Amino acid sequence: MATMTHETLTINMGPQHPATHGVLRLVLDLEGEVVVSARPVIGYLHTGFEKEMETRTYHQNIVFPPRVDYLATMIEEVAYVQAVEKLLDLAVPKRAQYIRVILMELSRIASHLVWLGTSAIDLNITSAFMYTFAFREKILDLFEEVSGQRMMHGYMRVGGLQWDLPEGFEQRVSALIEELPGRLDEYERLLTDNLIWRERLEGVAVISAADAVRYACTGPVLRGSGVDYDVRKAFPYCSYEDFAFDVPLGQRGDAFDRYTIRMEEMRQSRRIILQALDRLPDGPIITDDRKVVLPPRRELVRSMEAVIHQFKLVSEGFHPPPGEVYAAVESPRGEKGYYIISDGGNRPARVRIRAPSFTNLQALPVMVYRGTIADVVVAIASIDIVLGDVDR
Amino acid sequence: MADALRAVVDALRAALPEAVDEVAEFRGETTLIVGRERVLEVLAYLRDRATLRFPVLMDLTALDRLPAEPRFEVVYFVTSLDPPARLRVKTRVGEGDLVVPTATVLWPAADWLEREVYDLFGIQFSGHPGLTRILMPDDWEGHPLRKDFPLVEEPVEFVGRVPKVPSRIIPDVPSKGE
Repeated sequence: MATMTHETLTINMGPQHPATHGVLRLVLDLEGEVVVSARPVIGYLHTGFEKEMETRTYHQNIVFPPRVDYLATMIEEVAYVQAVEKLLDLAVPKRAQYIRVILMELSRIASHLVWLGTSAIDLNITSAFMYTFAFREKILDLFEEVSGQRMMHGYMRVGGLQWDLPEGFEQRVSALIEELPGRLDEYERLLTDNLIWRERLEGVAVISAADAVRYACTGPVLRGSGVDYDVRKAFPYCSYEDFAFDVPLGQRGDAFDRYTIRMEEMRQSRRIILQALDRLPDGPIITDDRKVVLPPRRELVRSMEAVIHQFKLVSEGFHPPPGEVYAAVESPRGEKGYYIISDGGNRPARVRIRAPSFTNLQALPVMVYRGTIADVVVAIASIDIVLGDVDR
Repeated sequence: MADALRAVVDALRAALPEAVDEVAEFRGETTLIVGRERVLEVLAYLRDRATLRFPVLMDLTALDRLPAEPRFEVVYFVTSLDPPARLRVKTRVGEGDLVVPTATVLWPAADWLEREVYDLFGIQFSGHPGLTRILMPDDWEGHPLRKDFPLVEEPVEFVGRVPKVPSRIIPDVPSKGE
């Protein structure tokens, strides 16, 4: 009989690995199958967004945010423009805020569906992936209808929106949203009652509430450990205080809790969308501050002033007062903040993107410590990282 | 400034006299500017002893203020969860002496965030367990988020003959017998 050796074996997982959700590399020290240490190595997708944003005007920078977190694109755009709005101390019309809320919550559902599908495929449950992606595609169709693009919308403007919703959009959103609870029940029948799914998720990748706070985890990772912190409730933005919704919490802080939280969040998103559709006010969709937003086309043929404003905004952009602001939103992954510093010029002096995936990923070694290597896959999936957000 | 936050700042100034150099306010956000020697003391106070506890280090970053002196600022974002409140703590370091005490002794979350600041700004954190580059390649020279680091594109080098006629771009295949 062979004797057991107690050597540690160091192996590389990634950067090219189907279960790392992008180009993430993990250096794992193993004792047999047990992980004694995990060291994430990141930076493979570093594109220097923060540096690039210093070289462009505030309006030109709107193209970057959806590329940072490419699964929650609408949320990302709002995160950036509302930081600039705070810098300018600009009020956004109520209709624009409500439309933003509808699109952000649709974006949250789309992002959670991608997470659900890819997590299931990591555990070899391929059919759930097909169903969730098919439903997500319908949400992206709505985004395409409203902005012209499935993913990189560029629909948000500083002060409001690019244009109003297309005709019949509200009806199509509510029709799709009506379909959601049945779909979610279907996914839950596939997964929650699935023995493999439960055995792989329950009690795996546990992080205590104290650790989650010390590691600055946010989003479902923090709430899975039972800490009640949701930016939408704590620091309401974009009229979230107008809507009634619950923040689901977990108790054990394991992968299964994060799964149930995200499923419940989709149902709560539906609740918010229904309320916003119901109370969607009429009115302008962008502020009328001519120093910030482009004048309407019809004014250009009649007013010299409008032509001058158009010329100044297109060629130079606007100059916010010197100062610094931090504005955050609740992205599907946690607190996504933009910290913008203005020196009075037409370009930001510094843009810092507070990325929830980055800090959540830092807690991965805690979650996988003394677990098996198979559970590492579950842990990565349950954090729901987006590598564009980690590396920026 | 909200009343609760003002109470925290007043109590902090009373408990740690001369630690806070300046309190800045803009758009309802409060920033404390603290000397480098006292920054850990102030952060520890905010985390453990303040009337409103700030248990989360939400973010840590830096900025380059070239040509101002001291050139760099390291910014700590602390957050209170219940009741919700945000506070920023800043410390300034000048060129030639870019060392700040590490916050990893207070929060493990500071580990990667400080590595990122080191990587992109070149600011050292004394006492950090493993201060290496995190986003840029290990052999990278310079610190990209500094203002004097140019943003340039790598030129594409075309070598050899570039044919003018598109159909000639397909390389010649020598025929048999040649």
